Parts: sequence; C-alpha cells; structure tokens
Amino acid sequence: MSNIAIQFSDVSKNYNDGDYNAVNHVNLTIEEGEFVTILGSSGCGKTTLLKMINRLVEPSGGTIELYGEDILDKDIVKLRRGIGYVIQQVGLFPHMTIAANISTVPKLMKWDSDKTEARVNDLLTLVGLDPEVFKLRYPSELSGGQQQRVGLARALAVDPKVMLLDEPFGAIDAITRMNLQEELMSIHKGLKKTFILVTHDINEAFKLGTKVIIMNEGSIRQYDTPMNIVKKPADDFVASLIASSRNQKLFWEVDEA
Amino acid sequence: MIEYLLKYGDKLGTALIEHLVLVSITLVISLFMAALLTLLAMRSRLISKLLVYTFSVVYSVPSLALFAILIPVTGLGKVTAIVVLVLYNQYLLLRNFIAGLNDVDASIIESAMGMGMTDTQILLKIRIPLSKRAIFTGIHLAIVSTIGIATIAASINAGGLGSILFDGLRTMNVNKIVWGSILAAGLAVSANYLLGKIEKAL
Repeated sequence: MSNIAIQFSDVSKNYNDGDYNAVNHVNLTIEEGEFVTILGSSGCGKTTLLKMINRLVEPSGGTIELYGEDILDKDIVKLRRGIGYVIQQVGLFPHMTIAANISTVPKLMKWDSDKTEARVNDLLTLVGLDPEVFKLRYPSELSGGQQQRVGLARALAVDPKVMLLDEPFGAIDAITRMNLQEELMSIHKGLKKTFILVTHDINEAFKLGTKVIIMNEGSIRQYDTPMNIVKKPADDFVASLIASSRNQKLFWEVDEA
Repeated sequence: MIEYLLKYGDKLGTALIEHLVLVSITLVISLFMAALLTLLAMRSRLISKLLVYTFSVVYSVPSLALFAILIPVTGLGKVTAIVVLVLYNQYLLLRNFIAGLNDVDASIIESAMGMGMTDTQILLKIRIPLSKRAIFTGIHLAIVSTIGIATIAASINAGGLGSILFDGLRTMNVNKIVWGSILAAGLAVSANYLLGKIEKAL
C-alpha cells in the first residue's frame, strides 16, 4: 500500500464572506508518487485548491494534511520550503543570475557553496539547460520556455517531496509546451515525487496525469485515472467535457481527409 | 565681486559648510525615520495611505509658516530647521519608497512566498533590490529640496548660505546677494546633476 501524501477533509474556501464557495467541501486523497492533474475552466477553484496546500490561500473550513500532519501545525516557512512551487508567470527574480535564482532556497537553508553549486549544475542538466551556458545569465536573456525550465529547477532545488504546478506551460507556445510536457513526465518518473498540476487544457491534463481531477464550481466532479474517466464519465458535465474534446479532434481528422 | 570673494572667502566657506552640515544631519534623520515609517506602511495598506496623506498635508504647508508654527515649541535655530526639513522629506521619501516596494511584480512576490521566504527576506532580497531606482529617486528629490528649503531656514537663525543672502538683502549689499545666490543655486543644481548621473547608472 502506498503512502498518502496529501489529504483534504471537508475543505472549503470562501473569499471575502461571499455567498458562494470557491472551493466547496472538498474531500480528496492524493497518494505519494502520483502525478495528479486538476482540470477545470477559469473560476472553478482549481488554483485555490492548489494554493491551499502551501498556504498561499488559507481554507475557510476543513483540514489539509501533508503526510498525516495538519499543515496548520507546521511552521509555514518550513512547510513551503518542503513543497516545490511553479507558476505560469514563472516569477524568476530578474536581478539575480540563473544560478542565484536556483540556489535561493539552498542559500536560505545555509547549504555550503560546493553542495549548492553542484546542485545547480545537476538541476540545470535535469531540465535540459547546459549549466556552463546558462548559469551566469539573467532571466531576461532567456526565452519563455527556458525561463520555465529554470522555474522548474528552482522549485526542485531542495528536493521537495511534493511539487505544485499552477498552469506552468500556459504562456508557452505549442511546440515548446509539448517538449516541456514530455520532460516533466520523465522528471516525474525519475524522481518519485508527488506532482500536482493545474491546467485548463484537457489534452495536457489527460496526457500528464496518472490521475485527473475534474473540477467545476468549486467541487470535484470526478477523480480517477484518465482511462477510467474516458470510459466512465461520472456525470453529464464530465461527459460533455470529453465530448467537446472529441469534437475538436474530429475537426483535424476532417481537415486531413 | 572677486574682491569680496578674496576678502570674505572664509565667511562664504563657513556658510557653505554650515549649509552642508544642516543638509547632512537632516538627511540622516530623514532616511532613518522614512525607513521606519516604510516598514510600518508595508504592514497595512491603511497605514500606508494614512502616512502618505498626512505627510502630503504637511508638505503643502509653506516652509515659512511651518517654521513659525514650530518656533514656540523648539525655538529659533537649527533644531527647528531640522525638524521642518525632516518633516518635508518624509513625503518625498515615503511616497517613492512605498510606491517602489509595492511596484514589484506580484508573480515575483508570490513565487518568493511559495519558496518559503519570510517577509523580511522578501523585503531585503527581493523588494529593496528591485526598487532601488525608486528609492534613490526619493533620496535625490529629498536632497535637492532640503538644499533649497534650508536656505529659507536662515530666517530663523539656522545659519547656512541663506544667512549670507538675508544679510545682503537687509543691508542692500549686492556682493552678498550675488554670492549667496550663486552658492545656494549652484549647490542645488550641481547636487541635482550629480544625483541624476548616479540614478541613471543604477
């Protein structure tokens, strides 16, 4: 039996005492080593759900446990350093070199400089960037895809057990995105970490996820392997989502014929 | 005129040094106070708005009036001058400091928070380095404005280049008026030029 990495119990989030919940009484168990993708349209609560794990958003009710421990009982800084976080806008520090960006958390944790430097080299290699070429460059000298590779390396710096990725490839062109998706999958396979990735792209969700969460209006509509979701949609919403994607594919087939 | 410079050069020199000392003391106190108030302002949007608004009101009071208001409290002389100059600077410094620090891209702050940086680390390692230009602009404005207003402080016996000017006006001594003006204006203009150069290099 595998370990439970993250457990949501009856978690809700209500912004500014509004009359609807952005996340509505969610129960969810994520096992260690899974690559879970959260799929939904904008405003469905998927990003809120993700950000509650590293406490960038505090839930209004319910509990979230990380490896059996309530995240509210943990020191918030330690909690966050143990979780990798990648966002769509990347958020690299523009005044620091690529090496300095990646070694931010190792430095905060007072790693010695040899260990930090070796780690920077390893990580850049892992994300497909030549350390000798990129280490001393600044973020503005990199393309969008390269920046997100660095973002990924920075999030992996202190070897977190859990990685949170908030539409990491949302602003990247289609071809680069495909490459990055492939590499993200192989990184996940190699590292045995738990990945949770938010996306609104159904193809991305089904391609990357070992399990997919489909969200709508703050609730989880289905949580299963991509295969099972396609075979047995839990409700009309999920069924229509899959149908719409099929229709899109049909468009290409007609075009070719 | 050159004769006057040769004869009373030491007098002009003393006034210039007095002026520079007044400006320096004011600047050190102003920066210290503005740094503390900025830290306070970073805690809440309300405090930040309140501070900037309050000092904008103070800033709008003419300097002579502010000197006059403070004379019953701190008397004639340098102390009153410094208090007034420090108060004026708070508006220039705070507005630029707060705007600069808050202007850092939200996604950069979010990723820093997500990485587990504390508020202090985010301030020191991210916000301040990324807003150094705005911070320096505030300091630049404060220095030039202090040099100017400090001239008026001579009217309450705070010394400096203003005292040469006021003396000249009282006794209708053209030499004093001209040299006082040249030095006061020259100091402000050259400080402005130099600081502008530094600002560009940042």
